[in-house]
Amino acid sequence: MKYDIILSGVGGQGVLSLAAVIATAAAGAGYKVRQSEVHGMAQRGGAVMAHMRISDGEIYSDLIGKGCADMVLSMEPLESLRYLTWLSPEGVVVTSTNPVVNIPNYPEDADLTAALDKVSKKTLVDDKTLAKEAGSLKTGNMVIVGAASSHLPVGMEDLKTAVDTLFSRKGDAIVQSNYKALELGSRVS
Amino acid sequence: MSEYVVLGDEAVALGAIHGGVSSCYGYPGTPSTEIMEYLLEYSEKNSGPFASWSSNEKTAMEEALGTSFAGKRAIVTMKHVGLNVAADAFMNAALLDIRGGVVVVVADDPGMHSSQNEQDTRFYADFAKIPLLEPVNQQQAYDMTREAFDLSEKMGCPVVLRLVTRLSHSRAAIVTSGPKAENPVDKALNKMDWMLLPGNARRRWDSLLGRQKDMIAYSENSPVNAFSLNEANTKRGVITTGLGYNYYMENRSELKDNPSHLHIGVYPVPEDKIRTLAAHVDELVILEEGYPFVERLIAGLLPKDLKITGKLDNTVPLQGELNPDNVRPALALPARETAAAATMDLAGRPPQLCKGCPHDDTYRVIKEVQAELEESTVTSDIGCYALGALPPLSVPETIICMGASITAAKGSAEAGLKNVMAVIGDSTFLHSGLTGLVDCVSSKTDVTIIIVDNETVAMTGGQTTILPSSRLESVVKGIGVEADHVITIEAHRRSHDKNKDILRKELAYKGVSVIIAVRECIETARKAKK
Ligand code: SF4
Repeated sequence: MKYDIILSGVGGQGVLSLAAVIATAAAGAGYKVRQSEVHGMAQRGGAVMAHMRISDGEIYSDLIGKGCADMVLSMEPLESLRYLTWLSPEGVVVTSTNPVVNIPNYPEDADLTAALDKVSKKTLVDDKTLAKEAGSLKTGNMVIVGAASSHLPVGMEDLKTAVDTLFSRKGDAIVQSNYKALELGSRVS
Repeated sequence: MSEYVVLGDEAVALGAIHGGVSSCYGYPGTPSTEIMEYLLEYSEKNSGPFASWSSNEKTAMEEALGTSFAGKRAIVTMKHVGLNVAADAFMNAALLDIRGGVVVVVADDPGMHSSQNEQDTRFYADFAKIPLLEPVNQQQAYDMTREAFDLSEKMGCPVVLRLVTRLSHSRAAIVTSGPKAENPVDKALNKMDWMLLPGNARRRWDSLLGRQKDMIAYSENSPVNAFSLNEANTKRGVITTGLGYNYYMENRSELKDNPSHLHIGVYPVPEDKIRTLAAHVDELVILEEGYPFVERLIAGLLPKDLKITGKLDNTVPLQGELNPDNVRPALALPARETAAAATMDLAGRPPQLCKGCPHDDTYRVIKEVQAELEESTVTSDIGCYALGALPPLSVPETIICMGASITAAKGSAEAGLKNVMAVIGDSTFLHSGLTGLVDCVSSKTDVTIIIVDNETVAMTGGQTTILPSSRLESVVKGIGVEADHVITIEAHRRSHDKNKDILRKELAYKGVSVIIAVRECIETARKAKK
């Protein structure tokens, strides 16, 4: 088994904490995981991308080859389009539909929708609305993980355990709202 | 034995801790920063080993040498361009009689994710004639750091550990082994081997040259430099270095001919193994992360009729990082099919100053005052404020290396440019700006230096500046800038008009002015609140 994910978003959106949940869940389920992150200059509000590789065998490269990713998981719609050349012909895009407009030439809504329409396998998530329903806007990234969960090689229980491991020191209320966000996300199709 | 999931940088830190390190020094720089961060945190929790940031890479390197003089093990960490700053100490350290192991960890940044060049540290180790180890994954990063200390003591010289961004900032599980005790204090007794007067230095140079054969033998026998010969295939063989190994392995299952393969992770290069491989094949494919270091070396080492496929014939890109895709042409593999080419021309999203960043306020002041002037020049430096080079601010005109804002401003003012301003951060100023300011004071140059003091090392994630901000004013005055022209302002919108007045006045003054624009980085402030 091998599952390769390109994670994307905008610096400051919490792409790395989203990655941490999936990585922890996959490790908990007994897989080998490699995750390549972006630190430094690129983090300042710019496009951010990370490679995550999950496998039951040896993983050599930290980077995923073009056309090899099983999923592009994005916290921002424009960013989900940036890495399509990594996606395998059977791969799926899971992305938030809420744009982060911090550049002057951000595409028009219609253009963005048209571009996303061309992606054959996709799950579009309004993470903001669902995060609000889960009780905290900060759980948007867990909504997105939830929406991706049916494709991931880990189960909902593994994800919940990972949330528990990573967030328990922040208190039970935060753990619960993240659980809820995962659940709500998983119902999106 | 325990298992940890760590960044490559953290694996190095753990390797140092378990390898009996006594002192850890460094200067923050992407992608090396997390090594010291891990060591600092560990040191605080466990009351040792000694760990502290230094003013710059040169002071860090020298401090490590002092530790070694006392017989103990030291690690020093920096990014690749930091080694340029430390080069004086580094080159001479090769001639010292190292007894307490010194490991110089240098993180290169091929692809320039967060850097101003992509220099390859292997040239420095070759230049200094000392061994270099290059891991390909987190486990090797851990193991090699431990090995590097032993090797340093065995060869009697510092050892370089070369990392690259993709390893530094990639996370995977490692297995650790039992910790080694620190060395006792044991001062080097033969001081003649630590004083590089010409007579001693000549003797030490001779000794270092004499040890080259030991280093080559070590590399020749190292299991890291793994060599597998396929007798049946005389067509082509592959040499990989650094992460080239990973990308080769990633593609290997698609190769039908099972080429002979030599990996090089321990330097100086294993010449015999290279010769044996070369004699066996018609074509050598060379995949190395960084400059074509091995490739160039080999071109001189081997028969002319051997075909070498790599960076020098442009089959592998000469610039940027290797990846699983750009090594494929050299292996004669076709590109893979992908889901889609980009479906539209995507707007780029470059990094930018955070909303509410104090530098933004300072640059706005500069930009508006510039608009009133017939002529003006702004030099800038290395840090978050370099992002002021992008629209809508677009203020800086030069960004060269740590500290060069002040000195380039001096040179251009002396060449006749008017209203020259240098923008430099507090940490960069203490790293390499002080000496430039001394030059300005000494020549009474007409420059206005703006120290953008955000009270932290922001770009690398908010490390504490080496001296507290409150000391900056007295440091500047102490160097001899006239007290009337050392002015502290608040880098905030509410002081905008006042700040413009001050800048106008200081530009009009024909001499050295230093304006210290203070406000804490909002990212650091936010983290502190957590
Ligand atoms: S991290 Fe701090 S200094 Fe850097 S851009 Fe953000 S607010 Fe400004």
